[in-house]
Amino acid sequence: MNRLSSHYYLIKQLVITDFKLRYQGSVLGYIWSLARPLMLFGVLYVVFAHFFQFGDGIPNYPTYLLLGLVLWTYFIEATNMSLGAIVGRGDLIRKVSIPKYTIVLSASISALVNLTLNLVVVGIFMMITGVDIRWEILTLPCWIFLLFILATSLGYILAAMFVKYRDISHIWEVVLQAMFYATPFIYPLALVPEQFRNWLMINPLAYVVQEARYAVITPATVRTGDIVTSWVAWVPIITIALIALFAYWYFRKTAPYFAEDL
Amino acid sequence: MEKKAKSLIVRNLHKSFRLPHERHSSLKQAVLNLHKRRFENFHVLKKIDFEVNEGEFFGIVGRNGSGKSTLLKLIAGIYVPSSGSITVNGRLTPFIELGVGFNQELTGRDNIFLNGAILGLSTKEIKQKYHEIVAFAELERFMDQKLKNYSSGMQVRLAFSVAIQAKTGILLLDEVLAVGDSNFQKKCFDVFKDIKKRGRTVILVTHDMGAVQNFCDRAMLIDSGEIVAIGKSGKVAQAYNELNLEQNIKSEQKTKKQKNAKQHGGNEIKIVSCESTLHGRKQRIFKPNQKIGLRVIYKATATIDNPIFGITVKDLMGRPLFATNSKAKKQKTGVIKPGQTVTVEFEMDNILSDGTYTVSPAVANESATIFYDWIEEMTKFDVSGWDFPAALLQPAHELTIKKD
Repeated sequence: MNRLSSHYYLIKQLVITDFKLRYQGSVLGYIWSLARPLMLFGVLYVVFAHFFQFGDGIPNYPTYLLLGLVLWTYFIEATNMSLGAIVGRGDLIRKVSIPKYTIVLSASISALVNLTLNLVVVGIFMMITGVDIRWEILTLPCWIFLLFILATSLGYILAAMFVKYRDISHIWEVVLQAMFYATPFIYPLALVPEQFRNWLMINPLAYVVQEARYAVITPATVRTGDIVTSWVAWVPIITIALIALFAYWYFRKTAPYFAEDL
Repeated sequence: MEKKAKSLIVRNLHKSFRLPHERHSSLKQAVLNLHKRRFENFHVLKKIDFEVNEGEFFGIVGRNGSGKSTLLKLIAGIYVPSSGSITVNGRLTPFIELGVGFNQELTGRDNIFLNGAILGLSTKEIKQKYHEIVAFAELERFMDQKLKNYSSGMQVRLAFSVAIQAKTGILLLDEVLAVGDSNFQKKCFDVFKDIKKRGRTVILVTHDMGAVQNFCDRAMLIDSGEIVAIGKSGKVAQAYNELNLEQNIKSEQKTKKQKNAKQHGGNEIKIVSCESTLHGRKQRIFKPNQKIGLRVIYKATATIDNPIFGITVKDLMGRPLFATNSKAKKQKTGVIKPGQTVTVEFEMDNILSDGTYTVSPAVANESATIFYDWIEEMTKFDVSGWDFPAALLQPAHELTIKKD
């Protein structure tokens, strides 16, 4: 058996363990991880679609909103779970030489499994509300993959930093809050003053979410390419690539010393 | 002579930890202290240089804090060397402690799969060996129970059963012999013998000199991060015992001044001194063939009629090994006047195994209802040099073997 396949079994066991532990002792199990995006969706839908009438320009606004929130929930989960992964498994790292990357990756994959389950719910929602299915929906895995790369790379950086600096968890909480409003999850872009739109849309998270909505919900979705032109439209992809490269370099540099620093 | 293949080659290995004077565990501290980074380099291992042959059972011994666990962690790849090299030929079990990664909230079954994966086994391989693992651990009835409901002994059994399934060429073990009941320990020893027979390389870190002498082909003693002795396990075990003796004597000299706290009795007669002797002269360490003598001196301040003088010898765990007194030996002690000194001499054949022993002298009245003086663990002496010091006692005995 070669090394990579043994890493695969390890990641698989870590993900399975994570799931068993997460829903253990709770009667409703998985329903709870669905409750978070659904509850958020319910509140935001009532407030913004009915009180503020944000959804007026967007066809299928409820589903549009739900998909955004499901992707957002994944982003929070993946980064938060990765952040604590190394420290949480400190006992293991101090006593066994296991490839450290598997620990962060398994945390991120656990979140991805949850996302997949949540997407099934989005699908059911789409059928109920009668969203037109277009061939662009086939590009969804690409956007999810990009989001996975972004969240996992950030997860690696956060996990490695958290070993030395325990403030990171608080900082990240604040950053997440800012990111939620810096990404057009709730509000339509039309409400944003023109000079800010460019900045908003080169945010990689906004890029991925809007592309996913375009592919799945409605062609009326405003995408990065609609706001900025030429090479600027590539900024989100380049940003993700740079974050991923930095994550690779930083994690590789710090990982051998986790056992000592923990 | 044929040159043997090496499983492990360690060359000029150094390891030091940087211990910050004030650890920054928050960003604020790190930023504030940027200009005054003060570290202390703590050298844990220095110039470690050794080889382990293929199929060899190799022991690493040393006192607490000597650096032996750090060395094992370096070999396992948990730490990275500061300088020097470690070459491993073949695969290594990556763990140094049993039951690493066990989760108390999971069932025994789930834990086998998780632990197996950590040791590098595939799901299929674990499924194949599942029954073997469970049977060896003798835990058939408990596999669907959560680990938190297991006793610690059961957990160790499970951990050991999974660990021996790892199909690696080199096995690293740290202090595993100290756990489990005697029945399970025997089973572990059988596994060790089996592992040894099958020619797997084992590196064992332990305090148990009996295990070193029983299993290890060669051993290495480290102290303060340096190799003190390396070679035949018997010699290394002896070096370890001698090192411990020196240390015991040093620490004893420190504590002696604090005077013993456990004292009973009135003032009629006091214990003045207590020492171990060889042929009447003060002696601290005894060889197997030497008679152990003890001398206790008492001084009376009042008139006492026929007191009892006694001695108890205990091991370091405080277990009394034997006790004797003047009454038991039917010795009349008579009337003792104020100011008189009494010397009690005791002598026995050395039937004690290697180790350190304490002497607690006492003096009581004729009916043993009043203890005038009694000092617990007043003096220590050592025994060293038995060929096979695995058990507590070394009584003179015969052993004959008959063959048909």
